[in-house]
Amino acid sequence: MATIQSRTLARFMLFPSVVLLLGWMIVPLCMTLYFSFLDYNLLMPGNEAFIGFLNYEFFLTDPAFIESFFNTLLLVGGVLTITIGGGIGLAILLDQAIWGRNYVRIMVLAPFFVMPTVSALVWKNMFMNPVNGLFAHLAAFFGTEPIDFFAHYPLLSIIVIVSWQWLPFAALLLLTAIQSLDREQLEAADLDGAGPISKFFYIVLPHLSRAITAVILIETIFLLSIFAEILVTTSGGPGYASTNITYLIYTQSLLQFDVGGGSAGGIIAVIIANIVAIFLMRLIGKNLEG
Amino acid sequence: MGSITLKQVTKNFGDVNVIRPLDLAIRDGEFIVFVGPSGCGKSTLLRMIAGLEDTSSGIIEIDGQDATQLAPAKRGLAMVFQSYALYPHMSVRNNIAFPLKRAKVPAAEIAQKIDAAAKMLNLTDYLDRKPGQLSGGQRQRVAIGRAIVRQPSAFLFDEPLSNLDASLRVNMRLEITELHKSLGTTMVYVTHDQVEAMTMADRIAVFNGGVIEQVGTPLELYKQPVNKFVAGFIGSPKMNFIEVEAQANQLTRTLGVRPEHFKINEDAGMWTGKVGVIEHLGSESFLHVHVDGIGTLTVKADGDSPIRSGDQIRLSAADDKIHKFDAAGNSLNATPVAASQV
Repeated sequence: MATIQSRTLARFMLFPSVVLLLGWMIVPLCMTLYFSFLDYNLLMPGNEAFIGFLNYEFFLTDPAFIESFFNTLLLVGGVLTITIGGGIGLAILLDQAIWGRNYVRIMVLAPFFVMPTVSALVWKNMFMNPVNGLFAHLAAFFGTEPIDFFAHYPLLSIIVIVSWQWLPFAALLLLTAIQSLDREQLEAADLDGAGPISKFFYIVLPHLSRAITAVILIETIFLLSIFAEILVTTSGGPGYASTNITYLIYTQSLLQFDVGGGSAGGIIAVIIANIVAIFLMRLIGKNLEG
Repeated sequence: MGSITLKQVTKNFGDVNVIRPLDLAIRDGEFIVFVGPSGCGKSTLLRMIAGLEDTSSGIIEIDGQDATQLAPAKRGLAMVFQSYALYPHMSVRNNIAFPLKRAKVPAAEIAQKIDAAAKMLNLTDYLDRKPGQLSGGQRQRVAIGRAIVRQPSAFLFDEPLSNLDASLRVNMRLEITELHKSLGTTMVYVTHDQVEAMTMADRIAVFNGGVIEQVGTPLELYKQPVNKFVAGFIGSPKMNFIEVEAQANQLTRTLGVRPEHFKINEDAGMWTGKVGVIEHLGSESFLHVHVDGIGTLTVKADGDSPIRSGDQIRLSAADDKIHKFDAAGNSLNATPVAASQV
C-alpha cells in the first residue's frame, strides 16, 4: 500500500463493502430512532403522531426497566465469571498430555455448536424439569426435595445455561493462549523455585491476560443480547425476575404491540451497550496493546 | 562448592537411546563446555543436570550429594536458556528478584542483591523496563543477572548466544568469560559452535551421538584429537582428511592435516593440485585446492598471497602436524609420528 495508485485502488475496492455495511447499520438505526419518537401502536394503526421523548420517559420510569437493567448486568457478569474461571481450569486440563486429547478437545467444543434455543430446551426439559429432569431424579435418589429451578432461581438457571454454552468458547481461546506459553519460562520458574501455584499466578495468568481480555470483550457483546434462552425457558418470569433489557424490548414491542416504546428501549439498549463497551475498553483494553 | 559428577548416566526417550552410559566429573570452579552437532544429547544432558529431564539410570551428584531425584529448585543450580526465558510481564527488577522472592529473602536484601547484580552487568539504567523493551544482549544479561543473584553452586548455559548477532556474540562471549573469572563459580556451557567452545572453555567435552568422544583442554583437543570426529569438529575451517590405500601391516587409513598446517612449496610437495575458489578474509586466504585422486583440500595462505584461482600448487605438511587415523577413525598419534613412516 505504498504508492498513490495502489491506495486509490484499495479505496475503490473497499467502497462497495463500506457502503453496504454502513447502509445495513444506518438504515435500521435511523428507522428505530424515528419510531422511538412516535406514538406507534400496532393495535391502532394509522394513528402515528410525534410525541417527543414520551416513549423514553415511559420506558425509563417503568419499574421493569430498573429490574431488567440489573438482570442484564448480573447475567453478563455471572456468565463471564463462570466461563473465564471454568475456561482457565478447563484449558489447563486440556493442555495436559492425555490419551485421545484431540477427540476430547472436539467434544468439549460441542456445546458451542448447539443452537441456543435447543440447548436451553434440553436444559429445561431434561435437566432442570422438577418432575422428569435429571436433577429431580438425583434429588429423589438422595431423598431431598426436587428444586423447581425456573420458578425459584430463574436468573441463576439462565446464567448456568448460557455459561454452559459459552464455556467451550472461553476454554478454547484460553487453551490456544496457554499453548503459546514459552515452555522455557516455566522451566526457568521451576529452577527459580516457583511451585505450581506461584507458576500459575506469576507466569500463566499474566500470559493469559490478553486472551482473557478478548474473551471478555467478545462474550459481552453477545451476552448483552441474550434472548432465546429466556424466551424458551422462563419467558422473563416469574414477574420480571429473569427479564433482561433485550427481552423487555421484545415484550414492549411485540407482546404489547407498542413499536414506539420498543424502539425507544432499543435506542436505550444501544446506549447502554456503548457505555459498557467504553467502560470495558478503558478498564482492560490496554491489555490488547503491544 | 560446585562439583558435578555424572556416574553411568543414561537417558531414553521411549525406545530411543539419547545418552549412552556416560561418566563425567566436572570440577569445582571450572568452565566446561559441552560441544557437538545438533541432536548429540548435549542439551539433554544439561537439562538432566538441571533436573528438567528425568534421568533414566545412573547417578548425578552435585557437591558429592546424590541429586538424581531432586527437584530443579533444590539443586542449587541456575540456568540461562537459549530464549532467555525472561518473564515478559515483569520489569527487569522483578525478573531478577523472582527467585529471591520465591526463596523468601527479606526485601532489603533483595534490593541490595539486585543493585549489585545490575552494576556488575551494566543493567542499572534498565531495571524498570520490561524485557520487551531491551535488546538481545541486554535480555541475555538480565537472564544472567537472574541466575547470579541466587548465588548458585553452578551455572548452566544452554546455547545462550545463538540468538544474538555475530558481533554481539563476540562481546557476550568475553563478558561471560570475565564473569567466570570474577565469580569463580562452576559453569557448564552447551553450544554447537566450536569457536565458542575453544575461546571460553577450561575444558571441552565433545559429544557425538549420545557419547562423549573426548574431554580435554581446548589445545589438547586441537593438538591431540583422539579420533576423526573430534579432529573434524575442533578447528575452523575443519581438518582435511586424506584417504590412503590400505596396505598390509599398515594401520593408517586416513591422514588428517589442518588447513593452517599446509606448506605451499615452489618445487616439490606431497600433493599437487589446482586452486579453485579462494576465500579472501584480508588477514588470510583459504584456498580450495583440487587434488587428483583425493578431492578438495582447504589450505590456509597469507592474505597477500600471489596465488590465483587456476594456479597449480604443491603442498606439504610438517611430519608432526599430520594426524593419522586407523580404519575405525581412531587416532594413531599417541605422539605425532613422522610422515615418512606412513
